[in-house]
Formats: sequence, structure tokens, C-alpha cells
Amino acid sequence: MKLEGEVRIPSGCAISAVISKEGNLMTGESIIKSMIPMHDRSNGLGGGFAGYGIYPEYKDYYAFHIFYNDNISRNKCESFLKDSFEIVKAENIPIKKIPEITDVPLIWRYFVAPLASTLSRLQLDEKTYVARTVTKINNEINGAYVFSSGKNMGVFKAVGFPEDVGRFYRLDEYKGYSWTAHGRYPTNTPGWWGGAHPFALLDYSIVHNGEISSYDANRRFIEMFGYKCNLQTDTEVITYIIDYLVRRQGLTLEETANVIAAPFWSTIEKKKGFDKGKYTYLRTVFSSLLVTGPFSIVLGYEGGLMALNDRLKLRSMVVGEKDDKVYIASEEAAIRAMEPGATNIYAPAGGEAVIVNVKEGKF
Amino acid sequence: MGIEYIYPEFEVVRNSDRCIKCGVCQRQCANEVHKLDEDLNVMLSDEAKCVNCQRCVALCPTRALKIVKSDCRLRENANWSDSTIKEVYKQASSGGVLLSSMGNPNPLPVYWDKILINASQVTNPPIDPLREPMETAVFLGKKPEKIERDENGNIKCDLAPQINLPVPIMFSAMSYGSISYNAHESLARAARELGICYNTGEGGLHKDFYEYGPNTIVQVASGRFGVHENYLNAGAAIEIKMGQGAKPGIGGHLPGAKIVGDVSKTRMIPEGSDAISPAPHHDIYSIEDLRQLVFSLKEATNYKKPIIVKVAAVHNIAAIASGIARSGADIIAIDGFRGGTGAAPTRIRDNVGIPIELALASVDQRLRDEGIRNNVSLVVGGSIRCASDVVKAIALGADACYIATSALLALGCHLCRTCQTGKCNWGIATQRPELVKRLNPDIGYQRLVNLVTAWQHEIKELMGAMGINSIEALKGNRLMLRGVNMTEKELEIFNISHAGE
Repeated sequence: MKLEGEVRIPSGCAISAVISKEGNLMTGESIIKSMIPMHDRSNGLGGGFAGYGIYPEYKDYYAFHIFYNDNISRNKCESFLKDSFEIVKAENIPIKKIPEITDVPLIWRYFVAPLASTLSRLQLDEKTYVARTVTKINNEINGAYVFSSGKNMGVFKAVGFPEDVGRFYRLDEYKGYSWTAHGRYPTNTPGWWGGAHPFALLDYSIVHNGEISSYDANRRFIEMFGYKCNLQTDTEVITYIIDYLVRRQGLTLEETANVIAAPFWSTIEKKKGFDKGKYTYLRTVFSSLLVTGPFSIVLGYEGGLMALNDRLKLRSMVVGEKDDKVYIASEEAAIRAMEPGATNIYAPAGGEAVIVNVKEGKF
Repeated sequence: MGIEYIYPEFEVVRNSDRCIKCGVCQRQCANEVHKLDEDLNVMLSDEAKCVNCQRCVALCPTRALKIVKSDCRLRENANWSDSTIKEVYKQASSGGVLLSSMGNPNPLPVYWDKILINASQVTNPPIDPLREPMETAVFLGKKPEKIERDENGNIKCDLAPQINLPVPIMFSAMSYGSISYNAHESLARAARELGICYNTGEGGLHKDFYEYGPNTIVQVASGRFGVHENYLNAGAAIEIKMGQGAKPGIGGHLPGAKIVGDVSKTRMIPEGSDAISPAPHHDIYSIEDLRQLVFSLKEATNYKKPIIVKVAAVHNIAAIASGIARSGADIIAIDGFRGGTGAAPTRIRDNVGIPIELALASVDQRLRDEGIRNNVSLVVGGSIRCASDVVKAIALGADACYIATSALLALGCHLCRTCQTGKCNWGIATQRPELVKRLNPDIGYQRLVNLVTAWQHEIKELMGAMGINSIEALKGNRLMLRGVNMTEKELEIFNISHAGE
């Protein structure tokens, strides 16, 4: 059977997220709990989490989380990294052996900074260089897969049910100001850890529920700009789209949402003045980055979260809040598991971006 | 007679029990096939003149007529087909180049028919276009590579000029001269009602049709017929015609007999003179020359009109398109070897050029490989026969399609493929007033509107089945396509999987 990346595998899913607007830190316990009532939305073939603000002591370094098939691929990757990065710490990611999670690859974590001399030689900014490095490792070093590469954040994922994956990675020992989670229901059994979600590049991470019908239109467009869709998953291509629009084109998150889940022409027609021009412009210029078909996504980034549904709202997604916290999940039950007293629970409209930022200076 | 005699290709079968000798067939046939012998009171047929345009069949009030293929055949030969042998006879007799009309009719592969479309099942929902919005609008033209903002941080929303189409279909170039005034009027009015564009071809723009300017693409071809400043500024876009799918590498020739009255005025050449378009543009012998013409036209129109460069699909089309994309052109139109024509040398039409499906697949991929796909829009034609061809073309990577043969069919064309004679009984490819008036523009335009509207419905149904609710998400979405009966190489060029994979 073909592995993830050699074939496109649609999947259904559960997603969940929480953020503290005050930047208060939470352990991973609560987000793990949220996945339990949504157990049947996954089928044990993939679960994962992303936590933000979890590495305060290394916050100026890129945290690379890497799966290795074996020590040969590890040695190869490490010698590649050493050429152009300062590695301040390299370690195994701590895990807890549990019977539910098997076939564990080598899981390593590196805190790194690109060498200034390399950057000036290539005339690249830091993020572009790091993004290229990640793409290069994932494409070219057989058996090595970077699944997390942001600063002060980390992705933890595996083949298994999400609640087991959370325990496996001992997420109760990490503290972050925001968390996202994903349980996967793929329609075949690749059994590869890299294929689990969240999918991340730099500090962007995406959890996604859906199967987008625009996939190949999006992929073939975004691949023009140096991205390579190795996994052939929706999450991967959406992450690249967001990276391209936000980091490389300088769009705001709202503008990005207006590209990915663009308003209908009939809606744009009713807008006035500058807005009408702007929506028309964005939709026209980035027409190939419109995402259609069902999706609900939560984008994590440094200092915030953005939730977004497809234009027709073909996937469930609800938002609730309590005190400084905002909760987002596929089902209300998941929010209630995190915070039984959550209020203002509502389902955002299709294409309506829900953006929650931590207060300036609190993260 | 004798050695050069060719038995008629068609037989007129007249049911004498039904025939009332009303003479409609005789009056309707410009080829003079039917004739009433008044002495004997019988209808006679000169079948040698019949082109099987079906006009008499369609208008016979008693359904007394049918035209069938003659069964008088030369001895069968798998190498020397009937038509090949007869062409030799004709050339031995005339010493001339054989002429043909409309698209290549030979049994070469039609790749549209080897490509199948996907639909959603279980893992994602199909969308019902009757219940949910289903968007088919496209903007053709150059898109900026980088967003720019003003001092207040607002996005600068000034786009290069675009053509905005509610449905990704336009009427392809057919000149006034090659087709009639009434055909042009039908196309222009239909384009306006549909919000799309028709194309003047290289015959200039009749003064009556300037009012349809916003829905007109004005063409500049190698003969420069009818080109002047007002003409260039009259349309929604300007098309530089470098080539045509039916006759790549050669020019055009409208015989002096057709250069009469308004045709002569519109083309700005004397009545009765042959209108000869040279094979090349004599100011374009290379790609850098094309760039100069593109910018000359932009200068002449104050950078307000997108420039289309139309080329025939030929072997090296991907590299050619890449060059055009860097020439300043806003839109590339590619015309496949099945594309129609009012007249072309048979050998050229039937043997030069490549299928549009393959050309499109490789051009779209090449422009993406070079990272310049968004700098230019891609319009394909020759031949797009139905809504599913449009959907397949968009999924392969086209922004929009040009249709012409199907538009003429809507106007009554029966594909008899003898446009070059100028005796079109349906009033389309003719300048004879008594024939032209047979095409009523009030009806013709409505039939064109019906056709495109029907296709739009079908496009929406096909999109909805795929779970796609906007045509942008279909563009280049090759995962929605699968091949059948294709070789590995063909699949590789299309960059699609085989059905079952």
C-alpha cells in the first residue's frame, strides 16, 4: 500500500483549540480532555497537538521536531543541520511508553538558530531560510521528517487516538497560552507519523477537518513559489497558502481569510467603496488560492489563533468563551469538556474568520 | 467526364408519394441541386452539386427528402481511401491546392473523450447548484506578482486591464466577410446579453457594431485589415492573431468576390480585390518583435485594453507560450488543430498542428514550472464541443474557452464543410444577400444565448458534483480528471492518473 505523500488520502476529523487572551499558561491536560468526547470522529490513525508558548527558555531559537526512521537518517540530517545552524540543544522528545501507541520512530528535538554568515551569503531573511531548510530536509533526506519548526511552539503528533497521543507525549508537563488538537479519520491506513496533524511550518500550524475539492488547483498554484506538497494533504497545502499570503505577500489574517474563503461575488457586489475594490482585487489576484469543499480549520501562530470555515459551512465548528479564554471545536461537547461553564457558544458563519489574539506583550 | 469523373458523394432520396412539388427545395438550394421539370412535372436532382447541408431536408414541408451517402464506391483499399483517390483525380485535373472548410474531420484522437471527470462521494459532499451559490465568473488578464500598499497600509487595488466574464466561454474569431452580417449581429447581441465577448476576426468591425464594443474583442492580424485607432479602442480587448489552429503557419485569403459593399469598407480595401493576409506578420519575425507590437497596441490604447496573443497549437507550443507570457501579453489564446476555418488548404488543415488538449496541458504546466502562470491568462479553442469539454479544459488549466463551430451550429450550420464556396444555404458563411437574410439575427442571437446558458447550467452541475462551488477552484485542478485508453506517455503529458488509480 502506498504511503502518505505517494497518494492522496482524504480524511474526516475532529479539531479543538483553546487560547488565553491574557497569555495565561495552561498545561496540555485540558486540550487532551476535549478530544475524548469526540473519540468517534477519529479512527486511531492519527492524532496530534500544537502548543504555543511552551519553550520560554529557548524562545529565540527555532524548535525543530523531527521524526527519523533510524540513526542513519538522523546522522545525515544532523550533519546537514550543523553546516548552517547553531544547535544549542539536541534531545529526545520525552515520551511515555503506552500500549496504545506503537511503532514509535526516533523523535528528536533541536533548538537552532541559522548562522548569520549563511544568511548574509544567501541574502535571505531568517524565516525564508528556515522554511527552505525544512522543505529541503523533508524532500531530500530520506527517513527524516521535520514536523515542527517554529519558535516557542511545538507540534506533537503520532498514529493513534488523540487522547492517547497527548498522554504519550506527556503534554500535561508543558504549559502554553494556546493549544490546538486534531483527531484523524483517514480513509486508508498509511500508518505514518508524519501524516498525522497538526501540520506546521515555522510558527504556523494548522488543524483541519474536511476534504477540500480545490486541492489540486491550490497545490499546483502554490508549488510555483517553491513549496512542495509532499504529503498531498489539505492541511499541508492550506499551511503553505497561509505562509505564502501572510509571510510572503504581507496580507493580514482577515485579508488571507478573504482569499481562502472569499466572499461570493454577489456579496462583493453589495459592498461599497474601498471594500468592494479590495475584495474584488484579492479574489481576482489570488483566484487559485480559493479553497472550496468542506473545511474547518484552526490556524495557530505566535500570539493567536484563527478559525475559519468554508464558504458554505459544510463542516461543523463552534466557538465559546469563558473569562480570558476562547474555545473552538468541531463539537460543543469538546468545549464543555474543557470548560463546562463556557458561554456565548455560537457557530461562526461560513467564511467568517474568528481571530483571537493574545494581548500585546503577554506572550 | 471520363477519367476525371467522380461519382457524387451524396444521393438525394425523394419520396415521390410525399413530394408535392412545391419547389421549396429548389428555391432553398443555392447549389442548384433541385429543379422542377415543368414539362414532365417531376422534381429532378443534380446530385453532383449537393454538399449535404441539409437545408432542403430541413425545409421540405412534407418530409419527402433525405440525403444519404452514396454507395457507389471505388474498390475498397485500406491504404488508398476513396477520398484520397478522388483528391488525386481533382488535383490531376486542376493542378491546384485542395481547399477545405471547418475543422479537421479525420479520425485522429479526441482526448476530451478519453478524459473523465470526478464526483464527490461520502468523504465530501456534492453541492446542488439549485440550492447553493455556484460561481462561474472569471477575470482574464495579468495578475500582479506582489501586493503593494499605500502609505496608510491599504492595498493598492489597481489591476492591469481585465476581461470579466460571467461564464468562461467566448465566441472565437470569425471575420465579417468569412461570415455574414447577420451572423455577426447574432454573435454581438448574444455576447452582450450573456456578458461575454465575441471576436471580430481579421475583417474589421462594421460601423453598426461599435455599440457592442464592451463585448467585442478586436483582432489585429497579419493583413491589418480594418485596423485603425477607433477600432483598437472600440473593444474590450485586442487580439493579435499570430496563427489559427486550422491552418498554422499560413495566412488567409478572402477571394475578391466576397469583398463587396460593407465588407470592403470594413476591411478598408477596394471592392473586388482579394484580401490576402500574409503568413507572418511582416513586423514580427521573432519574439522580441511581438513584444514591440504588444506595446505599440498598448500605447495606442493607453494601457486600457488587455492584449491577447492568439497562436495555433504546434509542436513547440509550451516554449512559444512561455515567450508570449514574457512579451507583455495579458492573455494567450491557443487554437487546436480541430479548429474551424472558412477556407484552408486541405493538407494544412488535416496535417499541421496538434490537439488542443495536449497543447493546453503542456503550456499550463510549463508556465507553472516557470512560476509565471499568474502573469497571463490562458484561453483555448479548437475544438470545444460541449460543457464537459469546457470543464475538462478548465481542470487542465485553461482560464476560459473560445467556441466558434458550436456557435455556428447554434445558428444553423450543419457542418457541410463547404464555406469556401460562399454559397451557405444557412445564411452564415456567405455574402449573397438572398442567403444572408435567411439567418434572422433576432432568432440567431437567442439561440446563441440559449446555448451558452445551457452550457453554464451543465458546468454548474458538473462542478457541484465535484463539490466545487467556484470555477476558480476548478482551474488547473487535474486531480479531478482521470484518463481512459491512454498510454503512459499521454498520461504523463496530461499529468493525470489513469482511471482506477
